[in-house]
Amino acid sequence: MKTPLKFLAFGLITLVVASCSTPTNKTEEAGAVADATPKGQASVVDDESAKNILQVAASSPDHTTLVAAVTAAQIEHVLVNAGPLTVFAPNNVAFEKLPAGTVENLLKPENKAQLATILTRHAAPGSYDVAALKKMVAKGRTLYMATGDYLEVTVDGDDVLINGCKIIGTINTSNGIINVVDQVILPK
Amino acid sequence: MNVKTMKKQHIINKLFALVVLAGVVTSCGSSENSKGALGSDVASQAYVTPGEHDDFYAFMSGGFSGQISVYGLPSGRLFRVIPVFSQDPEKGYGYNEETKPMLETSFGFVPWDDAHHPELSQTNGVPDGRWIFINGNNTPRIARIDLKTFETAEIIEIPNSGGNHSSPFTTENSEYIVAGTRFSVPFPQKDVAIDTYKENFKGTLSFISVAEDGDMDVAFQVLLPGYDYDLAHAGKGKSHGWMFFTSYNTEEEHTLLEVNASQRDKDYIAAINWKKAEEYMAQGKFKEMPASYVDNHYDESKQMAFSDTRNTVKVLIPSECPGLVYFLPTPKSPHGVDVDPTGEFIVGNGKLSSDMSIHSFDKMIKAIEGEKFETTIDGIPVLQYEEVLSGIVAQPGLGPLHTEFDGKGNAYTSFFISSEIVKWNLETKEVLDRVPAYYSIGHLMIPGGDSKKPWGKYVVALNKITKDRFLPTGPELTQSAQLYDISGEKMKLILDFPTIGEPHYAQGIAAELIAPNSLKYYKLEDNNHPHAMKSPNDSRIVRDGNVVRVYMGAIRSHFTVDNLEGIKVGDKVYFHVTNLEQDWDVPHGFSVMGANNAELLIMPGQTETLLWEPQREGVYPFYCTDFCSALHQEMQGYARVSAKGATTELKWSLDE
Repeated sequence: MKTPLKFLAFGLITLVVASCSTPTNKTEEAGAVADATPKGQASVVDDESAKNILQVAASSPDHTTLVAAVTAAQIEHVLVNAGPLTVFAPNNVAFEKLPAGTVENLLKPENKAQLATILTRHAAPGSYDVAALKKMVAKGRTLYMATGDYLEVTVDGDDVLINGCKIIGTINTSNGIINVVDQVILPK
Repeated sequence: MNVKTMKKQHIINKLFALVVLAGVVTSCGSSENSKGALGSDVASQAYVTPGEHDDFYAFMSGGFSGQISVYGLPSGRLFRVIPVFSQDPEKGYGYNEETKPMLETSFGFVPWDDAHHPELSQTNGVPDGRWIFINGNNTPRIARIDLKTFETAEIIEIPNSGGNHSSPFTTENSEYIVAGTRFSVPFPQKDVAIDTYKENFKGTLSFISVAEDGDMDVAFQVLLPGYDYDLAHAGKGKSHGWMFFTSYNTEEEHTLLEVNASQRDKDYIAAINWKKAEEYMAQGKFKEMPASYVDNHYDESKQMAFSDTRNTVKVLIPSECPGLVYFLPTPKSPHGVDVDPTGEFIVGNGKLSSDMSIHSFDKMIKAIEGEKFETTIDGIPVLQYEEVLSGIVAQPGLGPLHTEFDGKGNAYTSFFISSEIVKWNLETKEVLDRVPAYYSIGHLMIPGGDSKKPWGKYVVALNKITKDRFLPTGPELTQSAQLYDISGEKMKLILDFPTIGEPHYAQGIAAELIAPNSLKYYKLEDNNHPHAMKSPNDSRIVRDGNVVRVYMGAIRSHFTVDNLEGIKVGDKVYFHVTNLEQDWDVPHGFSVMGANNAELLIMPGQTETLLWEPQREGVYPFYCTDFCSALHQEMQGYARVSAKGATTELKWSLDE
């Protein structure tokens, strides 16, 4: 019972103080609280280390739509975390293949959660370059995505496909791997 | 405190809280008091908003922990413990093959010391953020820590010393740092009866040169009478070129010093003209004496330490070098000798004296020129006390130990016995303010407070005793630092914080002089470790007799070989683990079951080596000990150990 009482006491004191404050004080306090919110890792300034997934994507003229979508979905921090993460990154052309208006619609604030899910389905915990994905197929392993879905990996000649989307390039980054894909990966 | 009294205290606290609450409620209506509670809230002065940085770095000696701890001021937040003189299993320091040589001495491997006085390197008399030096008291040594990496870069042993206490205080441009012996010892060391002290024992004051790249060398030693040499500080500005050392036990006693070393009214501050010493050195007026001491360097390119043994040392004898040393009589067993930012005032903190004696540099020079000597000891003129004295601070407190300065004409002295800090004016010698320290303050520290340009915003008290100040933790209690705001006329206590080991002395410096230079990771391309790997493809195991070398990379989230076979009982297995990351704040750790050793903690781009001598057949796991990534828990492997003489093939693999 000790702890709830303490909380109650704290609440009371807060009430007392709050009710005492002048409007100016309140503004200051609100400001202080906003300042106190920890910044995400995406805002870390570091131009010395090897580039992470987000930094690499952001520097690519072929991935402006993806980066805009990541920002709109507010999942930048996921792409700069320690990882390791493999991102199957649709390029701008891949997004253009979607029905007209799809991207614009997903970028609307009210569709943030849906957009986040779609993007997260492009990310797998672990480091999987093309060689690792081929080994995955040979050994009959599965590709588990951050959303909880399993995606199908297939090999066609030299090509590796993820749910039918072809990997057209691979970039190593500090916190994982970017495999550029030619289509947005949609659930089967 | 027993449970009963604790309960009682609890009730008292609760009552107190109620009273405070009532106070808040009743004060609610009065408009002039509405900000009163916040205005008196000293905690806000030490508060650094989460995510914001402190204004100052504070480097505190760990005392008998042998390490340096790094704090932020004003928050008192602990950032790092830098292993220096003591093995540190957390970082593998002194355990891994790369850093073991750092702890070599002429006595062999000495894995501990008592570290007292951190001292920042200076340029033009101001801390410059390149290095911090610290003395090892017990087995006399000085360490240099690189403030780009916050790693110990060099440890040099001091020959002919019996305890390196008055050390490692720096000259204005870190031309030299000094090492005066606390305990006089036979010179040279030999087997003699202890009661032949007066005849056989001598004190040496060593001047250690610091090269442009930081490399330390024992440039020369000055041979002095067999006193105890306690602390030192360099002249600055007009007194640049002089170094001042306090002494006690000028009685030259060798037993029950508690009583016997407190008989004389005055001991001496030894003033050494080191520019003169340089002239004598250039003229070859030194004696080359045999001495055995070790200089250990950490080579950043090879990422390992190397030990060099030195066999001679150059010694200057005062009787053969006129003008090199003068004694300034100072009451009574002085501890600190502190030179103010102008270089004029030389503060002797006579720890058993009721008054503090402040000497004047100008008067000292005049007394030397006018030959105002009261006597001569071993060729060293003793200047007349009245001729060098600027004035006394009368009855300032009990047990003055150490003084620092705010750069505004004020001095701040710690008093151990009366447990307080006293602020006084350097010109008038008038006491201006005093505040209690909780409890038994030793040294104190103002950032830059022993330099030409102090940042006179805070003073930190370094306390020996805390008793009831914090939650108790059994018989051993934390020691503490206390932060006082000194920006106003009156000193104001704003924070108590616990410290690592004994915070003997400390140094503070503006954060912007260090933070921008802090290294983020080691570049793999510059890694010239003889057993480094540059890519995961370099993974392999090599056997040479019973020496097995495992070349292993670590990268999120696996070791580049994780199944090892063909190791045998009786082998010496060296795991050379390279962290292949090139990213800020991604260390990997490495440990193996049953190793009579610590872990490795490998920074990005670094190679470190763990020696494992497996004793029993079986299969033993190894794993990453530093939470590196989302799949850190999967970062593991197995090493198979076969019997001595088994024919198990040497084999390594990853995901075969």
